[in-house]
Amino acid sequence: MENKEEFPLKKVCIICAKGTIEDVYATLVMANGAVMEGIEAKVFFTFFGLDAITKNRMNKIHTGTIGNPAMRMPGGLPFPSLLGILPGVELGVSAMMKSQMAKLDIPPVDEFLEMIVAGGGEIYACKLAADMFKLKKEDFCEHVSAIITVGDFYAMAGGQGTQIIFT
Amino acid sequence: MAQKNYTGISVEVNEEGYFLDSTVWTKEMAVEIAKELELELTDLHFEVLNYLRTRFNAGEALTIRGVGKSGVIDIKGFYGLFPGAPMKKAAKIAGIPKPASCI
Repeated sequence: MENKEEFPLKKVCIICAKGTIEDVYATLVMANGAVMEGIEAKVFFTFFGLDAITKNRMNKIHTGTIGNPAMRMPGGLPFPSLLGILPGVELGVSAMMKSQMAKLDIPPVDEFLEMIVAGGGEIYACKLAADMFKLKKEDFCEHVSAIITVGDFYAMAGGQGTQIIFT
Repeated sequence: MAQKNYTGISVEVNEEGYFLDSTVWTKEMAVEIAKELELELTDLHFEVLNYLRTRFNAGEALTIRGVGKSGVIDIKGFYGLFPGAPMKKAAKIAGIPKPASCI
């Protein structure tokens, strides 16, 4: 007989490898949403995702205006890819996205990380990517617990009711 | 719909135990709901509950961020007062609907 017993989610381990607004915020919303529900959250930033926890870059993240077929102009018309290569367009689009998010009471990256940590979530930086980008602990914001290896990350992912999410 | 008995008064609640009518709520009921959630309410708990009820009655969306900026308590303190899922627990004890917010 099929076993339909469900086990509630107890822990999420979330990996963020990209540094665009949409990738970083998907990670932050999911991590914060988890701690809000009483679900343990560990967040692992790697590669370009490190921008989200690097002091001098975290509040300057952008969204890419090239190669995104879902991008629309205000009003809903398709956003021509050629427009996306013009200087300042990426900055303008990113500023517009951020202002729309602020209207929904979505906090800036540093405050969002603070909220997650206040709720008991933990933030980690990937050692390999930090070495590659020549970043040290002091380059990361105060909310980062440690720089860890992938093995350390997997060691945190034990226990029934744990899921690993790659945003 | 279900009925719950708090302080000898029958209250209509939804299937998750949230009040259907926030106006029937009293502080004494809050103490009993909190007991079900294994919480002992302090004055600070009540300050938070009052803040949530005021915001709710003003028709505003309730968010953890909003609580953190309320001046009543910071976010860490909020998690400390209502361990686990603070927004859901606090809303249940405050006799208001479960906040439908992702942040």
